[in-house]
Amino acid sequence: MKLNDALWGAMLVLLGGALVIHVQGFPRIPGQQVGPGLFPGILGVGLAVCGLLLIVRGIRLRTANPAGAFWVALPEWAHAPRQRLAFAVLVAVNVLYLVVVDRLGFVLTGTIYLAALMGVLRVRPSRIVPIALVLTLLIHYAFYKLLRVPLPWGVLQSVAW
Amino acid sequence: MSDAWLQAFGLVFAPYNILVMVGASLFGLFVGAVPGLTATMATALLVPVTFFMAPIPAIAAIVTATAMAIFSGDIPGCLLRMPGTPASAAYTDEAYAMTKKGMAETALGAGLVFSAVGGLFGTAVLMVAAPSLAEFALNFSSFEYFWLVLMGLTCAVFISTDQPLKGLVTLFLGLLIAGVGLNNPAAFPRFTFGNTNLLGGIGLIPVMIGMFAVSEIIRYVVNLEPEALIVDQPIGNVFKGMWGLAVKYPKQILRGSTLGTLIGALPGAGADIAAWMSYAMSKRFSKEPEKFGTGHVEGIVESGSANNSALAGAWIPALVFGIPGDSITAIVIGVLYMKNMNPGPTLFTTNPQNIYAVFLLFIIANLIMLPLGWLCIKAAKRILKVPRDVLMPVILLFCIVGSFAINNTGFDIGIMLIAGVVAYVLEANDFPITPLILGVVLGAMLEDNFVSSMIKSDGNLLAFVSRPIAGALGLLTLLIWFLPLGRSLLAARRARSGAIAP
Repeated sequence: MKLNDALWGAMLVLLGGALVIHVQGFPRIPGQQVGPGLFPGILGVGLAVCGLLLIVRGIRLRTANPAGAFWVALPEWAHAPRQRLAFAVLVAVNVLYLVVVDRLGFVLTGTIYLAALMGVLRVRPSRIVPIALVLTLLIHYAFYKLLRVPLPWGVLQSVAW
Repeated sequence: MSDAWLQAFGLVFAPYNILVMVGASLFGLFVGAVPGLTATMATALLVPVTFFMAPIPAIAAIVTATAMAIFSGDIPGCLLRMPGTPASAAYTDEAYAMTKKGMAETALGAGLVFSAVGGLFGTAVLMVAAPSLAEFALNFSSFEYFWLVLMGLTCAVFISTDQPLKGLVTLFLGLLIAGVGLNNPAAFPRFTFGNTNLLGGIGLIPVMIGMFAVSEIIRYVVNLEPEALIVDQPIGNVFKGMWGLAVKYPKQILRGSTLGTLIGALPGAGADIAAWMSYAMSKRFSKEPEKFGTGHVEGIVESGSANNSALAGAWIPALVFGIPGDSITAIVIGVLYMKNMNPGPTLFTTNPQNIYAVFLLFIIANLIMLPLGWLCIKAAKRILKVPRDVLMPVILLFCIVGSFAINNTGFDIGIMLIAGVVAYVLEANDFPITPLILGVVLGAMLEDNFVSSMIKSDGNLLAFVSRPIAGALGLLTLLIWFLPLGRSLLAARRARSGAIAP
């Protein structure tokens, strides 16, 4: 998604302003000019100034070229059905992973994760599940067995190997 | 002195280390040769694995993988007209034009041989420059370090990007990310909003994996371009005629390697910018500039050596000051801290064997590039046929498991995914990512040195410029800040007066 520079600028001014206000609540160190709030405060001012400059630039570009200017522009892929679906699935599987991996376990979650993504890319349907399963087991072996990363077993706990 | 060298040899030629180097070479060659996977991404993907290794094998893996990836990025440029890594983009059209003329083997051979030459040149400069700089830097106090870091960040914004204003924004955002947590001079929990996961700060590694790997995968998933077709052409002996090229273009090789090393050493600018600049330079100073773009090998010789020499150049500021020269060394610095090999001049005095080992690793990596790269070219058509529709989901799952592996928390996975989306959105809106990464890496260092300088000088800002070196560094930094600004103001005024005048 593309936003006009002026919109980015407005967001940055808000962020910078919020920062400056937020750091006022940080404690001061007695007898010193520098506390934990100084640096973020400077960053807040910097972000706000950059934001103002971006607002000016965005508006100037719009007035210079009203035809080609936009406030919000969808990316080109938003009009392509396959890419739109792929993006939705990409977001969905990652959220799903975070939510269910502890309960379902890595092997099952990983297989579903890979299968779903390969499904929306152009992998031949009959091959998807076997490839997804084998590759998940491979990653599981490398990290769980070789590197001893405690990947969760979930529902497969009773048959853990 | 020689004792440390002996130890370094022992570290580097240990069987385990050799095995790691061979494995990392194959990995690097593969990653570089697949379009859409970059050398920086190779580094980011290696981090979770190197996490479990001793320091030298961990560095060995990164050094070899990146050197190989920057070379093998040339291969799909030649055969598909798609750069394998951004560092090959500068001369992809040229290489493809050569393939069209039936000169694929010369293009690939030049890429391979002069990559190795450039890499060795950069290594030589690293070996000479880094120790002497380190000796010089031993006398640096917090004032000098403050200016050095500020200068590094300034370079990243004003020299390395064509969008200084947006670069400044991402730099500030990076510094802000670095400020999260207890890691500040007063140990006050900043921006944690009651979340205990944030007390230790936002992990550097998940952010890097997200920004360099996940964002590429998002780009691939929504990519609209159809699959490119491989040029089917028999590739003979790629080493044929290379000596002739070396004799014909010695000045170009030297110029490319020198420029590459310099650009690499500049914070924020890496192999890709080195290749673009030296390709332009090659054309500018060539005796036959009209041949550029029609399948002429001269530019490939020069910029092919430039991008590999930049890799070694980037390690100079990274090892001596802890300031990354490019996005790869930004990750390397994170790895060094994890391995208790904190970069800085004392690294050269207390543990010289580690530094010598790094030098040796660079030499070996660039030497074994010749046979392994040759094999890679032989296998190129098969590598390019690996289905990316299978590869990309697997890499994404690998990223998830890799971020989890660092601290065994799901929180880091979340950070990684968010970082990936943020990087994708920012780049789609022309916000450069490198300043953000440098901000995250250097934020704590900038603040620490600023605060301790302020405390030492009792708040007197003049102390920042009263030491001679600090003063010079400060002046240089301000010059980089205000020169482009002054120039653009001047240009704007000239444009305006030009518009008024008839």
